Amino acid sequence: MSAAEQTAAVPLRRPETTVAGWQRAALLLAGLALAILPAFLLESFQLFQLTMAVIMALAVLGLNIVTGYNGQISLGHGAFFAVGAYVTAILMSHLDWSFWATLPVSAVVCGLVGYGVGFPALRLGGLYLALTTFSLAVAVPQILKHKAIEDWTGGVQGLFLVKPDPPSWAPFDPDQWMYLVAVLVSAACFLLAWNLIRGRIGRALMAIRDHPTAAEAMGMDIATLKTRAFATSAMITGIAGSLSAVAVEFVAPDSFTFALSISLFVGMVVGGVASILGSLFGGLFVLFVPNIAETVSKAAPGVIYGIILIGFLFILPDGFAGLLRRLYARARRGAG
Amino acid sequence: MALLEVEEVFVRFGGVTAVAGVSFAVDDRQICGLIGPNGAGKTTLFNVISGIYRPTEGRVRFAGQVVTGQPRHRMAPLGLGRTFQNLALFRSMTVRENVLAGAHSAGHAGFLANALRLPAARREDAAAAGRAAQLLAMLELEAVADVPVADLSFGTQKRVEMARALICGPKLLLLDEPAGGLNHGEVDGLAELLRDIRARFDLAILLVEHHMNLVMRVSDKVVALDFGRKIADGTPEEVRSDPEVIRAYLGDGGSHAHAA
Repeated sequence: MSAAEQTAAVPLRRPETTVAGWQRAALLLAGLALAILPAFLLESFQLFQLTMAVIMALAVLGLNIVTGYNGQISLGHGAFFAVGAYVTAILMSHLDWSFWATLPVSAVVCGLVGYGVGFPALRLGGLYLALTTFSLAVAVPQILKHKAIEDWTGGVQGLFLVKPDPPSWAPFDPDQWMYLVAVLVSAACFLLAWNLIRGRIGRALMAIRDHPTAAEAMGMDIATLKTRAFATSAMITGIAGSLSAVAVEFVAPDSFTFALSISLFVGMVVGGVASILGSLFGGLFVLFVPNIAETVSKAAPGVIYGIILIGFLFILPDGFAGLLRRLYARARRGAG
Repeated sequence: MALLEVEEVFVRFGGVTAVAGVSFAVDDRQICGLIGPNGAGKTTLFNVISGIYRPTEGRVRFAGQVVTGQPRHRMAPLGLGRTFQNLALFRSMTVRENVLAGAHSAGHAGFLANALRLPAARREDAAAAGRAAQLLAMLELEAVADVPVADLSFGTQKRVEMARALICGPKLLLLDEPAGGLNHGEVDGLAELLRDIRARFDLAILLVEHHMNLVMRVSDKVVALDFGRKIADGTPEEVRSDPEVIRAYLGDGGSHAHAA
């Protein structure tokens, strides 16, 4: 389409696309209220599942920062999830820390590990990076079982811990409180990620993914941005790991196999690559669809899961986020 | 002191000498055209100036500072903006986002400041958005501002690249074949645009271009290359009548005249 046709098709003075501050705040509050509601409606087990789905969504968000927005394929984000979970579990069970105190430590440790992984990632593009991160995901459960650190990690047995207690003033049982904690921590991370992506750094991450040479010519320091993107991504997924440790009240090496990393990857693709909101849907998908598959066929749930997954990608090739985008575009055209 | 000084630059790829000891200078607010037949070494020299290639010998000074060997991402903050021969836009992003991405080196807010939307990050974003809006208006891109660049025509995408290069307020704009792929009318528009840009943004332009007509019309100074050597350097009139330039373009037989 030529510029002239575009000019003719679109009114020159378009209505302001930015939403007013109070509208955004109202939307945020409504969303938060909607997110809190299930705590009072669902049975304990369903609420636990939803808690885990929110946690998975947060982990997918982390992966989306580095793979979706920055184009660095990671098949090993389960490793950061495991590190986050173990940092929280070790601090809580050995040193009697409160859950809240472990969160910043877990974030920092995972950030540092992510930064370390980010360095070789600079030299390894595309498929090589995918394989390197894959080997990380395979190695971490084995490292956690290793004798040298068994005293801390509990070896194959893992570690037991307890959910954070609801504050005395609040009329919640521990399950409800756990759900609310997961929602609040995740909501905070989603908000921070949203800010990050729509600003200067987010544009730089996408620019590097789309055209590295041009990105450098715009003054973007690719090495610094890529390693920091990796660190940020690992930090977010690690926080999700911390939440999962207390939600499950147990960590063990075999909870963090390579399958977890692939689950996160599936969640990212199904939700929408390079989409903040899509990550939320991705988390729900990877947690609930395997359960649905199990109810359909006890004998071969993997087959059913595969069929649902393929069907989903066939209908929505650009993920759930793509569907939202199309609906939004249609609504805007309808309104204008 | 000239804004850009190219000093005795040699570039050798294996046994091939692509650029053989070229020196020239571009002054503040000057439009300089770099011409030459295919394979003359124009693009290689352009890549040396923009920091993509490191010369085998010689150096480039920009605003008095030696820039050869500097990391590529340091060029933009020094005041060097550029466009690419074959479009190099960020395809998944909208026109406005592309232009804003060009403002990267004008900002400093990092991951934390952006995630927390600290006042510094907000201020930078607002400033960049303001400049982007001005450029979009000036380059007639307002109507397509929120359209993904991949959906636009070639000519429009070229204007997006121009806006992206200008948003940081460069002192020197490097244009790699800006007329490539444009039709007659669009080339006329481009000539006007280049003069307009120079006047408004108070910058110098170095133009690598095949389109002789455009170069002769807009340049204050023309540098002609052939086989990696500089064969002429002067006003468009001087270069156009230079016997070596005529020979390089027309060949000894003078059979195909593509020099306008």
